[in-house]
Amino acid sequence: QESQASGLPEYIKIVEVGPRDGLQNEKVIVPTDIKIELINRLSKTGLPAIEVTSFVSSKWVPQMADHKEVMRGIERHPGVQYPVLTPNLQGFHAAIAAGATEVSVFGAASESFSKMNINCSIEESIEKFEDVAKSARNMNIPVRGYVSCALGCPYEGNIIPAKVAEVSKRLYSMGCYEISLGDTIGVGTPGSMKRMLEAVMKEIPLHALAVHCHDTYGQALANILTAIQMGVAVVDSSVAGLGGCPYAKGATGNVATEDVIYMLNGLGINTGVNLYTVMEAGNFICTALNKKTNSKVAQASFNTGTV
Amino acid sequence: NIVPTPVKINLINMLAETGLQVIEATSFVSPKWVPQMADHAEVMQGITQLPGVSYPVLTPNLKGFQAAVAAGAKEVSIFGAASELFTKKNINCSIDDEVMAAARAANVPVRGYVSCVLGCPYEGKISSAKVAEVSKKMYSMGCYEISLGDTIGIGTPGSMKEMLTAVMKEVPVGALAVHCHDTYGQALANILIALQMGVSVVDASVAGLGGCPYAQGASGNVATEDLVYMLHGLGIHTGVDLQKLMDTGTFICNALNRRTNSKVSQASCRL
Repeated sequence: QESQASGLPEYIKIVEVGPRDGLQNEKVIVPTDIKIELINRLSKTGLPAIEVTSFVSSKWVPQMADHKEVMRGIERHPGVQYPVLTPNLQGFHAAIAAGATEVSVFGAASESFSKMNINCSIEESIEKFEDVAKSARNMNIPVRGYVSCALGCPYEGNIIPAKVAEVSKRLYSMGCYEISLGDTIGVGTPGSMKRMLEAVMKEIPLHALAVHCHDTYGQALANILTAIQMGVAVVDSSVAGLGGCPYAKGATGNVATEDVIYMLNGLGINTGVNLYTVMEAGNFICTALNKKTNSKVAQASFNTGTV
Repeated sequence: NIVPTPVKINLINMLAETGLQVIEATSFVSPKWVPQMADHAEVMQGITQLPGVSYPVLTPNLKGFQAAVAAGAKEVSIFGAASELFTKKNINCSIDDEVMAAARAANVPVRGYVSCVLGCPYEGKISSAKVAEVSKKMYSMGCYEISLGDTIGIGTPGSMKEMLTAVMKEVPVGALAVHCHDTYGQALANILIALQMGVSVVDASVAGLGGCPYAQGASGNVATEDLVYMLHGLGIHTGVDLQKLMDTGTFICNALNRRTNSKVSQASCRL
């Protein structure tokens, strides 16, 4: 197999974050039925995991105010996970009541970012997550942990790999089955990605690691390539590259799922995902949002009529 | 939009100030085919040629070569392709023995470009063996460097690796360059693979100027700013001042009344 010969994983799990991370960072409030339609379309593409919504107070994140309706309204396809964000115990209980069967918690490798983003220190946030993890464990609900600012922080600048490793380890020890390392402002390069992963891999087994790269500086695919060359086999991405960067006005954020799949297909790596159906889902949501796709593959394909 | 000659000259001069060592200045083709390059002689004569910087120009035939040298060119480029159909349809695309002979006689270095190395808009898939064959031919004719172009940006690290493996059997890696297009967003990943395989010459275009003529509205050239950002992040020395480069990109985008295609530029303006 082409991918095996090159030392790359044979299979890569794509975690689709468009409906949550993507839409949360789009200005236009999307109607509930459009969100549900998007998720249902994504469920048919072969994507193994789709981040559905966030059980946070609508005061902070108006886009996710309809979290209950979305959770209850989507089709649940067998073999597809539908994780939701739950920043605290209250959100966790609401999520479970609405039918969630997997949850995520968001930590950060930067104190400043933690305080500005979720209004508490890293340590305080870990305590909240531990409450969630404990309840989740009792109910057999898997928990995914995110570490933001893994390659840089909009407030602190440089982030040392040891700090990322430390926060990752806290999340892993509390029971998170997977740690998604996020380059929140997209400043990372293959150089910093490698150094960060080397530090984290000392604390967390490879199979439990994921990368969540932003394309704000155009580095996402190169960073993802570096990660998968090091054995990482889980990649987060967002259909049509939904979700701009809240720290750089007008700049892009999430890497586009279509562009990631195009690259992985070209490397002979199996993802189980049908690129064309993802492009169609991307086309649907961009039409609904009245915006251009951020996916270069979609841009090129729809203009030449070829894939 | 036809860019005025003084704007072109200013662009080239600004680029030379960034630390870039090679700047492709213009093309000595008939203005009938490429109106944008009609002012080739004026541009060549108008720029300030800094010591240590090369200003290669395209010369598809002997006539163009002679005009280029007369206008002060000290390095030229010729274009071949790994696809027969592409060669037929793209008129600037056949390897001219006369140019090679004249360049050798005049001690003018010649850079060879091979188009469609990872795919062709007409033929589709291109065999690595064909790319290796064309590259070998150009190298044996006397080109000091062969720039392998993913003309429609369709390549991925997988096909890049396969193609380079084949070409490196025929041409020493020190004489190879990659010219990646970002039409499918793969350029930096493809360049990264090439670097990992030992390639150390990379083509790029400030602000990602130059769309794809084969996919309406799609992007073409990879942005030099984004490339330099990655290389510096890898600790690789380029000699280029990224800020000056971004300023140059801003200049030409303003002159063209268009947005930059460089993500680094887009992001940096706002922070």
